Amino acid sequence: MTGIYIHIPFCLRKCPYCDFYSVRIDNGLLESYIDALCRNFRAEKYRGVKADTIYFGGGTPSVLTGGQVKRITQGLYESFDIADDAEITIEANPCTVDRDKLLQYRQAGINRISFGVQSADDSELKALGRLHDYEGARRAVTLAQDVGFDNISCDIMLGTPEQNMVSLLYSAGKICELPIKHISAYMLKIEKGTAFDCEEVRKNTADDELVSDMYLSLTEHLNGRGFEQYEISNYARAGYESRHNLKYWLGQEYIGFGAAAHSLFDKKRYYVERDVQKYISAPLQEEIPEEEAYDERQEYIMLRVRLKSGLEKQRLKELYGDLAAEEMVRFCRTLETGGLCRVDEKKISLTPKGFLVSNSIIARLCDIAGLS
Amino acid sequence: MNGYDQSNIRNFCIIAHIDHGKSTLADRILELTSSVELREMEDQLLDNMDIERERGITIKARAVRLNYKADDGQDYVFNLIDTPGHVDFNYEVSRSLAACEGAVLVVDASQGIEAQTLGNTYLAIEHDLEVVPVINKIDLPSAEPERVCAEIENVIGIPALDAPRISAKTGLNIKDVLERVITDVPAPSGDPEKPFKALIFDSVYDMYKGVIIYVRVMDGSIKAGQTIKLMATGAEFQTVEIGYMGAKDLVPVGELKAGEVGYITASIKYIGDTRVGDTVTRADMPCDEALPGYKKVQSMVFSGVYPADGAKYPDLRDALDKLALNDASLSFEPETSAALGFGFRCGFLGLLHMEIIQERLEREYNLDLITTAPSVIYKVNLTNGETVMIDNPSNYPDPSLIASAEEPMVTAHIFTPQVYVGNIMELCQERRGNYIDMKYLDDTRVDLHYELPLGEIVYDFFDALKSRTKGYASFDYEMKGYVPSKLVKLDILLNGEVVDALSFIVHADKAYARGRKITERLKENIPRQLFEIPVQASIGGKIIARETVKAMRKDVLAKCYGGDITRKKKLLEKQKEGKKRMRQLGTVEVPQEAFMSVLKLDE
Repeated sequence: MTGIYIHIPFCLRKCPYCDFYSVRIDNGLLESYIDALCRNFRAEKYRGVKADTIYFGGGTPSVLTGGQVKRITQGLYESFDIADDAEITIEANPCTVDRDKLLQYRQAGINRISFGVQSADDSELKALGRLHDYEGARRAVTLAQDVGFDNISCDIMLGTPEQNMVSLLYSAGKICELPIKHISAYMLKIEKGTAFDCEEVRKNTADDELVSDMYLSLTEHLNGRGFEQYEISNYARAGYESRHNLKYWLGQEYIGFGAAAHSLFDKKRYYVERDVQKYISAPLQEEIPEEEAYDERQEYIMLRVRLKSGLEKQRLKELYGDLAAEEMVRFCRTLETGGLCRVDEKKISLTPKGFLVSNSIIARLCDIAGLS
Repeated sequence: MNGYDQSNIRNFCIIAHIDHGKSTLADRILELTSSVELREMEDQLLDNMDIERERGITIKARAVRLNYKADDGQDYVFNLIDTPGHVDFNYEVSRSLAACEGAVLVVDASQGIEAQTLGNTYLAIEHDLEVVPVINKIDLPSAEPERVCAEIENVIGIPALDAPRISAKTGLNIKDVLERVITDVPAPSGDPEKPFKALIFDSVYDMYKGVIIYVRVMDGSIKAGQTIKLMATGAEFQTVEIGYMGAKDLVPVGELKAGEVGYITASIKYIGDTRVGDTVTRADMPCDEALPGYKKVQSMVFSGVYPADGAKYPDLRDALDKLALNDASLSFEPETSAALGFGFRCGFLGLLHMEIIQERLEREYNLDLITTAPSVIYKVNLTNGETVMIDNPSNYPDPSLIASAEEPMVTAHIFTPQVYVGNIMELCQERRGNYIDMKYLDDTRVDLHYELPLGEIVYDFFDALKSRTKGYASFDYEMKGYVPSKLVKLDILLNGEVVDALSFIVHADKAYARGRKITERLKENIPRQLFEIPVQASIGGKIIARETVKAMRKDVLAKCYGGDITRKKKLLEKQKEGKKRMRQLGTVEVPQEAFMSVLKLDE
């Protein structure tokens, strides 16, 4: 079963920390863009493909009207073989939705909604350049519940300007009280070329040491409230892990539609250029292969390490041979003494402390695997 | 000059401190004698290695024959023998001097006499050379020729008041220098009828001709096809080509005779057979005794040289082989380090020689190197009565087996403006120096005389001296011999394991400070790792200093948005690139810079 990702690269305005692809919302443009998406759904090679997740990401997908979403989902249902119990998610900015829109989303088939709440502290939200305040976010989540959304997720950001340990745990506490099943908690990374890429913001944000402590405390806090960590940045109540996002980490197939969308399909990774105009004018989206060919041996380590379920020892042996697999286990046992990792009969999984340094661990494991 | 007449030959060299204008003067002389057409002149022709030109020093001796029509209407043959200006090459200098009858002493009109100038001038006087002082750079506004002439008279004790005042840069009064060479430097006085006897003052390897030996003929004569004997090694060769060194090419001639300077080729394969200072004679008609002063060159400073990338070991070996073809004083043998893998233990004449070789390996052979701390040769007397010479800390005997230890000392002269005396004394004190005396060179400059352990100056003495005197002090030293010393071997441990490449031998009183500094330096240069890494210094298993490289806290990519894993891949690739410059020591990754950071401890 594959996943389908729809990229909606339109926003009311750009957030100052964001470097994902998006342009300012323009309704004419958006309509043509949806036409182009639907055109692409009908591409020969995707005909009859079975899918069990659909994910509207952005940008700000919630700039779409209920009707627009419906047009897209209908297009998908016409071309793909969508499972009855498919997980269909939309990302939403709290200030872009009202009761009617949420209801129409439900009616268009959306059954999971992910709100970019980020913080329960209004001064932090302002510093982040967000358009909503916490009360607005709380209201949006409640409305979603009212119209029948059972599976609601919220984003929290760590290490944002003016945030400290106390305010983070306050936000987490408030958000945990909402009727939600899932939380994504991302550490702010100041990207080159964004408005946040300046000394003033840097000196106003927590350093690596503090952010690390915040991450560990937050994880403990969320676990204690029934949100179990299942990936570096994701926490869920039992059974509510994001099936779509899990596909990324499990190395399963997904097809991306839209400008700047990425795909892993038929053991190939490819992406679409970040250009809305071009997307609209092209008969079919041009799919550019990633520089490096798909290599399960490399990706297995790189992606699986992110998951709480971790690396399966048996799979390590199959992919890298007995010797390398044993060496990896040995290395992970030394990590275990430092509290970075857990090694049991069947698998190796990182602890929250280990997740924090997962890049280095991945690099070392790749080294042991002899991946150049 | 076609005919042969010893009285019209002048063999001389130029002595000068770095930057005082030796090479520029040599260029002007070449120009004036029309040995090189102006348009062919590349600046500073005699120094033809890149490093020499950049550093303004001459590494290897070279010689050139020049024809000069003097004011007296006669034609003269000049043999200008260039000498290395640095103490590391003292022996080479002495052999070059032995090939001459005179020396032109170039002194900068504003800087005055420097330590090396004095050392080499004394060496020239010892060899009975006529010293012709010349004051250079008189075109500079800061020139004080009178003061410098007086300094030469006072310090060296040779008449200098009428020394030519020149500007090698502008070409002013260069002819005066040549005229002075004719009047002041004696002609050679060898006996052309005696058996052939010549001094090797340099040799180079040529791909086609084999070793080319540069000789000064003392007595007799030699022709191509005759069999020569190198007296120190006893090796015999049939000569292939005889000639002299033109400004641009080697010029073959039929015969070289007493008093002349030239070259001999004889299909010699190994430069080691042709030792500088050795005497060449004819195998069938040998001279009765070799020329005095021959010494086998001995390495004074040793260091482990490793390729940063282990796979480049064969390249390093090839490069050393090639350098050794032209440098008989470079010695090397394979060495293995648990930390650094396969490499070579290299022996050098001194610090500069070491730096030059390392630089040439990196620059000319494109190698990335890791070098270990330089070591001198220690003499260790064992309890069983044996004495061993140790040039590698790894071979230092267990303390329980050592009865006593000795280290090499040098006697050093530091010439400096008086204002820096305090700083220098402090430095020499830190380096365990014994103050001998201090002499005033003039009103403002002094000659500080110290005895220093060689092991203390092979570290970063030059750099420290320069930084404490704003570059104004100059320094010269010569070996004095061994003295008993309290030595210990200091080990460095990373994560509890000794890193052999970081061990060194040090005086017991300085071990603690050195250990502290090295552990601090390593801590600064080892990036945070997945674990906390203790960095320790120990003597005989006893920890004397400890630092900790803290564990890394955060190295994570939180978000891979919309299944875009390219960012993640790129990050990993960058990490891998970084890793290439790292050495994996057990569980610790150590960057190349960490190894290098312990070599320069004086800030």
